[in-house]
Amino acid sequence: MLLDSLFNGVAIGSVLLVAALGLAIVFGLMGVINLAHGELMMLGAYTTYVTQLIFKLPLLKPYYNSYVIVSIFFAFIVSGVVGILLEKTVIRKLYGSPLETLLATWGVSLILQQFVRSVPLAYGTGLVISLIIGLFLPSVFSLKIKESINFKYVKFSSWIFAALAGVLSGNLISSSVSKLSRASARNVDVTAPAWMRGQVEILGTAFPKTRLMIIIITLISVIAITLFLNQSAWGMRIRAVTQNREMSDCLGISTEKVDVLTFGIGSGLAGVAGVAVSLLGSVGPNVGGNYIVGCFMVVVLGGVGNLLGTIFASFGIGIMTDLIGAGRLLTIWPDMPLPLSNTINFFATTSMARVMIFALIVIFLQFKPTGLFPQKGRMVES
Amino acid sequence: MKNLLEVKSLNTYYGESHILRDVDLTLKSGEMICLIGRNGVGKTTLLKSLIGLLKAKKGEINFIGENINRKAPHQRARRGMAYVPQGREIIPYLTVEENLMLGMESLPGGLSKNKNIDSSIYDLFPILKDFLSRKGGDLSGGQQQQLAIARALLGKPKLLLLDEPTEGIQPNIVIDIENAINLIIKETGIGVLLVEQHLHFVRQASRYYAMQRGGIVASGPTSELSQTVIDKFLSV
Repeated sequence: MLLDSLFNGVAIGSVLLVAALGLAIVFGLMGVINLAHGELMMLGAYTTYVTQLIFKLPLLKPYYNSYVIVSIFFAFIVSGVVGILLEKTVIRKLYGSPLETLLATWGVSLILQQFVRSVPLAYGTGLVISLIIGLFLPSVFSLKIKESINFKYVKFSSWIFAALAGVLSGNLISSSVSKLSRASARNVDVTAPAWMRGQVEILGTAFPKTRLMIIIITLISVIAITLFLNQSAWGMRIRAVTQNREMSDCLGISTEKVDVLTFGIGSGLAGVAGVAVSLLGSVGPNVGGNYIVGCFMVVVLGGVGNLLGTIFASFGIGIMTDLIGAGRLLTIWPDMPLPLSNTINFFATTSMARVMIFALIVIFLQFKPTGLFPQKGRMVES
Repeated sequence: MKNLLEVKSLNTYYGESHILRDVDLTLKSGEMICLIGRNGVGKTTLLKSLIGLLKAKKGEINFIGENINRKAPHQRARRGMAYVPQGREIIPYLTVEENLMLGMESLPGGLSKNKNIDSSIYDLFPILKDFLSRKGGDLSGGQQQQLAIARALLGKPKLLLLDEPTEGIQPNIVIDIENAINLIIKETGIGVLLVEQHLHFVRQASRYYAMQRGGIVASGPTSELSQTVIDKFLSV
């Protein structure tokens, strides 16, 4: 009983966590309020859908069972690349002006929602493929070519090549997968492969496999991002730039590159969250909107700029949601006085539990405005 | 010998206000030059323009024979310019060791290819070795200053820009810092541009430039620093 409740809480929390992890980097570390974060998740969910259909083609059919794993990488890349494009075209111009960033990214979120409604997914995929090639092809050339004056022609021609590849692959996908060749505003469904359906029984309690899968995805994402930030050279650059941008620049760190990379990784994690979300229910253009508020709540509650806080906050919210939403207190304490049990019953629905949780967070932040784990030490005052 | 740094009629603005007016300055390798002047005359602005935090509106900055006016700070750092700012600007939540490693970002290959801290830096600043795993922001002012200089030196710069390295630091550490900088100049032959108020430290530079209202108003060998010049330009 307790195990069941804990598992449910952890499952809800891990969806929140994987969704908020990218935001913790983009909002927490960079201070960019990205309202299109939910739509980047939505792109990740659609990537899962497209990957699933492509794996149903005769050529890839034997590997169908592994499509979920593959789509995690695809979703990371797709959302990451769209995020990089967003950073390079919109957000870079607006650093230091949060209100404008908020409005601009909200606009972008509307554009992305309409994009998946009115563009056939096959051509959307083609567009993303050309973006990937266009952004990354110039960086494979040797330093010698990069520093020559003619590099802009190299860049230009690689974009032409990218556009061609995009159109071709878009056409190819649209002609081979009929479901992707027409635009549709309807929700789509991702069906889990056979090995992920059903339940696992541990200690007499049945756990749905999809939920377990999401917990595993979350765990891997958290470990990977922590290792990356704390152990790699780029991680150190990111931490340096987020703490002192001007001095990092003076030390020789290319802050532009760090911004692009940080935003790309945060967005890519949103894509991974999208895969998790697609396993939970049907995927539509508005799927991201359901999560964005929760994500911001998690990041603020955990303490902005603090990954550990994000982890605690999302599991805390997850467990609380389960406790309130499923009315668990009643089963734990069955003979509680009537008025109290009525109140608990009133909040024992998903939406009312959300109301309750948000109210609790608001109250909590009145007393600890910097979140669960505020930064401490000599440097805070300065 | 050619000049390491050549500044020709440099003009810099903070928004609308004109700060630097036609600054000319030259510096050779192995030479320590001191910039003196009262508070608010533009010494820090000059250093910031040299490293690239402020863009020059007019004039030229030539570094090792190359015009670097349009280069970003990190590009200037990679060409061999190191900057120790007035506030020291240690990265607060990174450990001392990580702060030191960041100094090697300006070496060829950057951080990814330079992972080992040259241990000779601990001979100059022994105290750093005891604090390697501490957060940079938890060090005292004097320790942070030593860390900032060590960090700058680890990039093996050709030119070191020092902004008031002895400001607000206890006297015995001031001596340590002076000795370390003199030793570095003697051993590696780098150029140092120093902004300083401490007369004792100023005297160790070979030449001085005195600034007033954003322009250079006097210059010459520090041995010729007369009492009238000192009274006029040092705010002691």
